[in-house]
Amino acid sequence: MGELADEWSSKGRQNVWGLVPQVVELQSEGGAAGTVHGALQAGALATTFTASQGLLLMIPNLYKIAGELTAFTMHVTARTIATHALSIFGDHSDVMACRQTGVAMLSSGNVQECHDLALISTAASLRSRVPFMHFFDGFRTSHEVGKIEELTDVDLRSMLPDELIAAHRRRGLTPDQPVIRGTAQNPDTFFQAREAANGYYDACPRIVRETMGAFAAMTGRVYELFEYAGHPEAERVIVIMGSGAETARDTAAALMAKGEKVGVLTVRLFRPFSIKDMVRVLPKTVQSIAVLDRTKEPGAVGEPLYLDVLTAITEARTTGQFAGPMPLICGGRYGLGSKEFTPAMVKAVFDELDKEQPKTHFTVGIVDDVTGLSLTVDDAFDLDSTRPSVVRAVFFGLGSDGTVGANKNSIKIIGEDTDNFAQGYFVYDSKKSGAITISHLRFGPKPIRAPYLIRRASFVACHQYDFLDKYDVLELAEPGAVFLLNAPYAPDDVWQHLSREVQTEIVEKQLKVYVIDGYAVARDVGMGNRINTIMQTCFFAISGVLPRDEAISKIKDAIKKTYGKRGDAIVQANYKAVDGTLANLHEVKIPAAVTATRRMPAAVSEDAPDFVKRVTAVMLANKGDLLPVSAFPVDGTWPLGTTKWEKRNIATDIPVWDDVLCIQCNKCAMVCPHAAIRAKVYPADQLAGAPHTFKAIDFKGNEFPGQKYTIQVAPEDCTGCSLCVAVCPAKDKSNPKHKAIDMVEQRPLRDAERDNFAFFLNLPEADRTLVKPDVKNTQFLEPLFEFSGACAGCGETPYLKLITQLFGDRALIANATGCSSIYGGNLPTTPYTTNRDGRGPAWANSLFEDNAEFGLGMRLAVDHHHEEAVALTGALAGKGVVPFALAGALLEFAEPTEAGIRAQRSRVSDLRRVLEGRSDVESKRLFGLAEYLVKKSVWIVGGDGWAYDIGYGGLDHVLSLGRNLNIVVLDTEVYSNTGGQQSKSTPMGASAKFAVSGKATGKKDLGMMAMAYRNVYVAKVAFGAKDAQTLKAFQEAEAYPGTSLIIAYSHCIAHGYDMAFGLDQQKAAVDSGHWPLFRYDPRRTDEGQPPLVLDSGPAKITLDKYTRGESRYRMVEQAHPERYKALLEHAQSDVNARQALYEELAGKKA
Amino acid sequence: MDLTTTYLGLTLPHPLMPGASPLAHDLDAVRRLEDAGAAAIVMHSLFEEQITRDEAGMMHQMLVHDDSNAEALSYFPAVDDFAFGPDRYLEQVRAVKAAVKVPVIGSLNGTTAEGWLSCAHQIQQAGADALELNFYHVATNPLETGVEVEARLLETVRAIKTHITIPVAVKVSPFYSSMSHLALELEAAGADGLVLFNRFYQPDIDPEMLEPVPKLQLSTPDELLLRLRWLAILSGRTRLSLAATGGVHSGIDAVKAIMAGAHAVQMTAALLHHGPARLTTTLRELRQWLMEHEYRSLAQAQGSMSLEKSPNPEAFERGNYMRILQTWQPKVGNR
Repeated sequence: MGELADEWSSKGRQNVWGLVPQVVELQSEGGAAGTVHGALQAGALATTFTASQGLLLMIPNLYKIAGELTAFTMHVTARTIATHALSIFGDHSDVMACRQTGVAMLSSGNVQECHDLALISTAASLRSRVPFMHFFDGFRTSHEVGKIEELTDVDLRSMLPDELIAAHRRRGLTPDQPVIRGTAQNPDTFFQAREAANGYYDACPRIVRETMGAFAAMTGRVYELFEYAGHPEAERVIVIMGSGAETARDTAAALMAKGEKVGVLTVRLFRPFSIKDMVRVLPKTVQSIAVLDRTKEPGAVGEPLYLDVLTAITEARTTGQFAGPMPLICGGRYGLGSKEFTPAMVKAVFDELDKEQPKTHFTVGIVDDVTGLSLTVDDAFDLDSTRPSVVRAVFFGLGSDGTVGANKNSIKIIGEDTDNFAQGYFVYDSKKSGAITISHLRFGPKPIRAPYLIRRASFVACHQYDFLDKYDVLELAEPGAVFLLNAPYAPDDVWQHLSREVQTEIVEKQLKVYVIDGYAVARDVGMGNRINTIMQTCFFAISGVLPRDEAISKIKDAIKKTYGKRGDAIVQANYKAVDGTLANLHEVKIPAAVTATRRMPAAVSEDAPDFVKRVTAVMLANKGDLLPVSAFPVDGTWPLGTTKWEKRNIATDIPVWDDVLCIQCNKCAMVCPHAAIRAKVYPADQLAGAPHTFKAIDFKGNEFPGQKYTIQVAPEDCTGCSLCVAVCPAKDKSNPKHKAIDMVEQRPLRDAERDNFAFFLNLPEADRTLVKPDVKNTQFLEPLFEFSGACAGCGETPYLKLITQLFGDRALIANATGCSSIYGGNLPTTPYTTNRDGRGPAWANSLFEDNAEFGLGMRLAVDHHHEEAVALTGALAGKGVVPFALAGALLEFAEPTEAGIRAQRSRVSDLRRVLEGRSDVESKRLFGLAEYLVKKSVWIVGGDGWAYDIGYGGLDHVLSLGRNLNIVVLDTEVYSNTGGQQSKSTPMGASAKFAVSGKATGKKDLGMMAMAYRNVYVAKVAFGAKDAQTLKAFQEAEAYPGTSLIIAYSHCIAHGYDMAFGLDQQKAAVDSGHWPLFRYDPRRTDEGQPPLVLDSGPAKITLDKYTRGESRYRMVEQAHPERYKALLEHAQSDVNARQALYEELAGKKA
Repeated sequence: MDLTTTYLGLTLPHPLMPGASPLAHDLDAVRRLEDAGAAAIVMHSLFEEQITRDEAGMMHQMLVHDDSNAEALSYFPAVDDFAFGPDRYLEQVRAVKAAVKVPVIGSLNGTTAEGWLSCAHQIQQAGADALELNFYHVATNPLETGVEVEARLLETVRAIKTHITIPVAVKVSPFYSSMSHLALELEAAGADGLVLFNRFYQPDIDPEMLEPVPKLQLSTPDELLLRLRWLAILSGRTRLSLAATGGVHSGIDAVKAIMAGAHAVQMTAALLHHGPARLTTTLRELRQWLMEHEYRSLAQAQGSMSLEKSPNPEAFERGNYMRILQTWQPKVGNR
């Protein structure tokens, strides 16, 4: 919503009053709320959009805005609050955390309502002066694509009369008629003054009702504060809010048709809660009520809506407003974190109410085998299959193959160009590379109100052949459904390649199967590997949703619309793709019986740990919904090192090592974002039993004389980004195209390299105490961060991998929310892992805004444990429990060299042996704390959104404290995780969301700000430009006894170019002076040296030579050439000035 | 002095104009070129790849991650408003056309008779008075014969002519087996002019890194000689307008090009190097020279040194080669 508003604003699109609203991005939602509060106080109409954690940051201002009776409407996509884990998905836990603030809360349940209630809430707020929070379900409603009737500007104007807006403005602060607000009140007056606004809240429900009435008169769409649908003499009623109400009403109607006396009461106006309006629509016949809450309040009597309804009915009966007998009122939770809420679940709730003794508190939609709260759901119950006129299509695709985009386009075609209604909802996984998407599309002659995923599909498309071996793609296909498969096989050949499971489903369900080699068609028509248009054409050709010829002509129209601006060539290529599709789409003859003997492979290998097999594997097979409560850790604690069991096989090409050409520099291992190419040195005798294709050569260096050397790729974990090839300096002198690493097709190599990698992993690790601290040697250290779901070619992860190689076995990591917390900690599998001793990084994510403080807390705890261990060691030595020599050695330990750490760990083992079995309090305590005698390394990791913006206040404070912390900013110069919004790190001239026409201000110099403290170690690094400097900075930062800050250039997909060139762009960034490399070490001051050392020289190229390679700049240049020129010139002069300043600080100039 | 010339059917006050170059990117520079006296403005080229591959590729990199992740459905502001491909170019044609009074010649650079050519029509609609097709073809495909390359060129010209009604000049390299025959074929295919010659950017080699190094070297006056020869050979034998481009740095260079048969003389390197004012100087020198040598008009000199009219035509033919070799003496000191 915010991004669209910003785009409109930047295009100068006027609102209904002929004005162009200003859109301003703040550093956090807290900042946005404060700004909105100020704008409202100064008499403007202002709004804001947020969700989840962001909404929590707005709460203090919501109290203020409400307390001041300010007309204001905000729109919230209700999303989950992070507790035991983060979930970006939908439920009401965020909005429910605001119910006490004094804002009115209006809930909408589908896309049309969302559109309508946005206006109703705005109008009602202007009239009532009570601020409104209009909310709707995150993802289920906010991300659903559907056909709606749009309000006109005339509608908007008529609902928002000028006099109310003028009244709002008159209440604004102005020195021409000054008043004071925000006073401080004493015990004598605060209470009464707080009660003074009651009348406004009392009037609010009436005003909303009247506003809804006016709206209905204008549009014909009728809304009520509480809406009852169902049997007029219902005995069982569900009370519910949000998109779930649609499902409940729909199901109740189906049950009523079978003679059941059921009904659904939908709550629209949740605050102020009008008892009168609610009981007015509640049938007097009701005997039992289930109040469903999409949130959880642990420890409460029940969830908020339940409590309100219970109280309301009790009070209404007491006061005579409700004449019926007291019904049984139960409270249930459903749909947390976007858990599906289906008709079958609604039926389960009604069935429960029908029982002799229903559960008064229950959950629905999960299996709770621990506290037994969950209801049993009959999955066979379904409404979709009762509506044969609705086409229900499910598409399995990859994020990168354009499936979702094509489906959105299909919805447009059908929704806009025909009388049919369309609905689309898209399920994504959380991987940033090789992500799977599942599209759920419904098309039909009547409006579609089904806010749940398709469970019985009349059409299933699998756009990626490999999915058939990973997921139960045909599970959703109903008998007789059409199955479209993109496969690299001919129609008469494909059958024999299918697994037994897939063949069985096809035969048993009598599916009609069509096959196309979409990638071959795409290649033939010059579309590369974009199969979106091709698969879309297939869908229209065989689904029967539109007559074939009409569909094809509409697709072509849509192509013209979409690509026409880009020139006829792209249009023609797409037309060719459409025609090529029809010629290559074939029905497959299905034999009468299953013929395959091959079984679908297991999700994880037999060698996986029990937990991975029981839990992780189920999630990997896309069946996590089936896991019962007992399968899960109770507190969000998960084991490390699970990515290694998820063999994703997403790379088409993988690196192949030429052992003859290789110069053993290990740069490939250094730059690999996924730890999928590794180097090892090991004794020659370890080669016994090596697979016959395993390559090994003599190690050339003198560090490990006589040993063997191998570069090995993890074929099934590599993402095929080719950064290793880009960095490889070893070229064949006769054929420089060939390097010591080349990309080669993965499939033929997969099996052999899998065995080679397994053998490689079992080779011994290099002795850490012998590893020299240079780029080459440190790559012999085992990475404890591997195979993350980060983008192919990610510019952040090589830094994290390096941290784990250098310090991972003694590191704690506090990770700010963002890309690094998603690829670092998003289930089903996580990349941080352990070494053979079981040690590895202990990782946690708290929030987005508090990460520096979170890490500081870890440091305080670790220091405290250390101090206590030191004190206990001394005390127990004094008592003769711990031998003096051992205690002395333990307490003398200072230098954290690898050898020192190994010796100290050995001493700690000795100490624990001494203490083991002792029963005195001090010994028992020291036994538990002994490991803290080994120095721990605390790392604070996050992106520029955290460090420059939302978390800057905390970061600044932590910098000022000087504690021994290592802070790494993975600087992509934009909010990458949330989709490319500008941060204060975004450079001048680059386009980003909220800086569409190029950021007008320069990048904040965070390094300089940190240097101003004078006691902080600061480094700016770019591994693609100077890896040795990067390494040195990480080593120095860790060794520095105070706070260290490393700002790390991270190339990113949000820069808009092929990540294979990430290292080139890093180099260009440094060479142009955009990203100067430096290390600022306060200790150098003691030696009489300037603390700042510049590691990159004066600019070698102009700034434009760097910027021209990235779309984020190019798009500004294309759209606004004059503006771009001016911005670039300004940016260039900034670069020059900064370089001069740095040189001066580094003592390079007089 | 009457310097009037007719090029591509356009009557021009004199033959000097900027060649296709980045100068036309900048409206200020375009205005300064007009002020300096340019008889026409030749736009920078719109490349086939701009329309088909490169820009599409860039867009692909921006869009390829869309709709992959629940938290970020896109990574860039909506790109609909950004002019990729021909849009930006067409806007520039319109802007240049609005900024100057002299004729504007659009420029397309490409080598296939494919869909991208349809934007020739858009260039015409944007106001271009003529179009220059730069057939920048590097023969790297060993399976394609010279005949096929020429056929492709002719097909491209014919295709362009179906899209537009404004005159079309074809800019080619000197690397054809029979330039004279090709000129006739081009004429038959509908071309209105021939621009001699385009220059290939020749990459250097970095022997340390084993990498080719892209290099752009501006033309020098030495390169004029090749143009003079072919202008002289073609002059009077074709109805095509002829333009010289490459190596004209001064008035006397222009005189030679005119004498060899050029109807228009394009300057690029000299203008990039010295700025638009260089055109004024060159024009003054041209006028001066003709006056000093008592020419009545430019037309009088046009083609006077062509193969047809030259007093010593074999200088442009084989004889020249033999004579020069035989009379060549090493410089003193080199013996």
